[in-house]
Amino acid sequence: MSQSFDDISAQLKRRHRKSARLKWISMGALGLAGLFLVLFFADMLVKGLPAFQQAQIQVEIDYNEDASRMGRAALDPEVSRLVSRTFERMIPVQLRNNPDLLGTTETRWVLADSEVDQYLKGNRHKLSESQQATVDRLVAQGDLALKFNTTFFTSGDSKMPEASGILAAAVGTVMTLLVTLAIAFPIGVMTAVYLEEFAPDNRLTQIIEININNLAAIPSILFGLLGLAIFINFFGVPRSTPLIGGMTLALMTLPVIIIATRTALRSVPDSIRHAAFGVGCSRWQVVRDHVLPLAMPGIMTGSIIGLAQAMGETAPLIIVGMVAFIPDVSPSFTEAATVLPAQIFTWAGEPEKAFVEKTAGGILVLLAILIFLNATAVMLRKKFERRW
Amino acid sequence: MSRHESSRPEPGQPVTRNADAHHELSIRVRDLSLWYGDSQALKNINIDIYQKNITALIGPSGCGKSTFLRCLNRMNDLIPNVHLEGLVEMDGFDVNAVKMDEVALRRRVGMVFQKPNPFPKSIYDNVAYAPRMHDLVSRKADQDELVEKALRDAGLWEEVKDKLHQPGTSLSGGQQQRLCIARAIAVQPDVILMDEPTSALDPISTATIEDLMDKLKRQFTIITVTHNMQQAARVADYTAFFHLGEIIEYNNTKTMFANPATKKAEDYITGRYG
Repeated sequence: MSQSFDDISAQLKRRHRKSARLKWISMGALGLAGLFLVLFFADMLVKGLPAFQQAQIQVEIDYNEDASRMGRAALDPEVSRLVSRTFERMIPVQLRNNPDLLGTTETRWVLADSEVDQYLKGNRHKLSESQQATVDRLVAQGDLALKFNTTFFTSGDSKMPEASGILAAAVGTVMTLLVTLAIAFPIGVMTAVYLEEFAPDNRLTQIIEININNLAAIPSILFGLLGLAIFINFFGVPRSTPLIGGMTLALMTLPVIIIATRTALRSVPDSIRHAAFGVGCSRWQVVRDHVLPLAMPGIMTGSIIGLAQAMGETAPLIIVGMVAFIPDVSPSFTEAATVLPAQIFTWAGEPEKAFVEKTAGGILVLLAILIFLNATAVMLRKKFERRW
Repeated sequence: MSRHESSRPEPGQPVTRNADAHHELSIRVRDLSLWYGDSQALKNINIDIYQKNITALIGPSGCGKSTFLRCLNRMNDLIPNVHLEGLVEMDGFDVNAVKMDEVALRRRVGMVFQKPNPFPKSIYDNVAYAPRMHDLVSRKADQDELVEKALRDAGLWEEVKDKLHQPGTSLSGGQQQRLCIARAIAVQPDVILMDEPTSALDPISTATIEDLMDKLKRQFTIITVTHNMQQAARVADYTAFFHLGEIIEYNNTKTMFANPATKKAEDYITGRYG
């Protein structure tokens, strides 16, 4: 006997209710995730944006005899406590390098001490009552103000918050990632090409395949141990350098690139391979001229995402000595350097309150670069995506 | 007359001959058997294929006709677990010999596939790629000339001469298939294999391709697999009927369709099964 519409509708009502419920639950999950993301970004922005501003003070510098021994002597005693000590230390150096300066005076904006900076930003500070009064007066005169913090982008780490910046770490990150890319990209792509296009499907290749997939899931700190044991202890690669960091991160990025490349190669339809074989291509010509160009957008997207992942990695770099106090921009691949997340990690451990905003500022820079990299990956995919 | 014109008919020769057709041997196949793993797909195939004719391979699905076609340019090498016995001879060379380079073979035996599969490159590069790869042309002018000739021979030149640098995939299905034919003939092969070249096309594109095949057979030996009985009757000079991995009947097309020698072929041709 066939069912009437009424019977069917009664059943359907229950089913529709169920799907509506599921829809609301999934939308709720999405909303919650979005909310956390917004909260995270808002918190980072509130904490990190002040790091891009820094108190600067206009002082008269008197290059006298005493100043060549102790920089503070060049400044008015009233403001000398308010000026960054890194600046005071620079004065004797300047005089030594340029003796003509002796006896001259100069008025310019210089870095203020981080306590002044924190006072102006309304954070906890250690200024005395009289110093606060002086600061207030200087602000009223226009000789003390919050200005864009170029130091943050032009210098390396420092024990003094006002003088510390992320340049050394940013350069270190670029150098480390260059090493990672130079190692992981060719090896990863060629491995995937071999496994997908050349290797016979036998027990050995299956074992290799399973192991590569497992490698992608290994805790990253183990790659650090591997780097320490093999690269540093066995091959004697210098520690703390972009070279060893890049090599270690390359180990970590390899499986990501291999898996992404294999997926990209597999998505190239066989009809293209047949067409190429049909006109008399050798296996390598098929891969080079037809399969790889089609797979390239996928390969690039996967590699960029793998690199972005490597860029945010800290744990394996602790083991190879890249999480350290590195005040200078590394001049070569074999000299000490640090990377952005390591710098953030270092700052997060500093006791001074002023480093809190540096930490958040560093995170903002790291996030900006990551978003840029991921956007590039999406754009590359869109740009080179071809129909066939 | 060819050396196979002897009094005792050799296996693989058609029963009767088309008196006005060419009779020079192109490909000689003797006792060819092929296995995918354990299952045998071809059983003792014997066939002589004649130059500058169209030979149609017909038969129900799974009868081994496409497998046989792929033996002729060793495309079966790409499939794992294929095992093969017997002789496929072209120009006196065993194409399956170890020393025979499959690239050299495919240079002389071109292929057109069931689904049009132009390279995701420009129309021009689709045609120019293979000649460039095989070093048939060096100067740009020669290359242009070769591309034009191949496209003219494939009957596509008038339609695409103003958009040679647009992607090959932007053409219609029938045009794409003719582009694939142009790509195959650009290297001047001896033989062109066609694996159901019109099965993905509409009737008008199909008619165009059939006309084209008729013209091309002046220059090339064409072997085509088809499911379309009328197509075989229209274009082919010789027809081989495959069934369960065997050639049941091989004859000139007129005789085959007018007066099939075997019951199976007759039933298939008249549409009783298949």
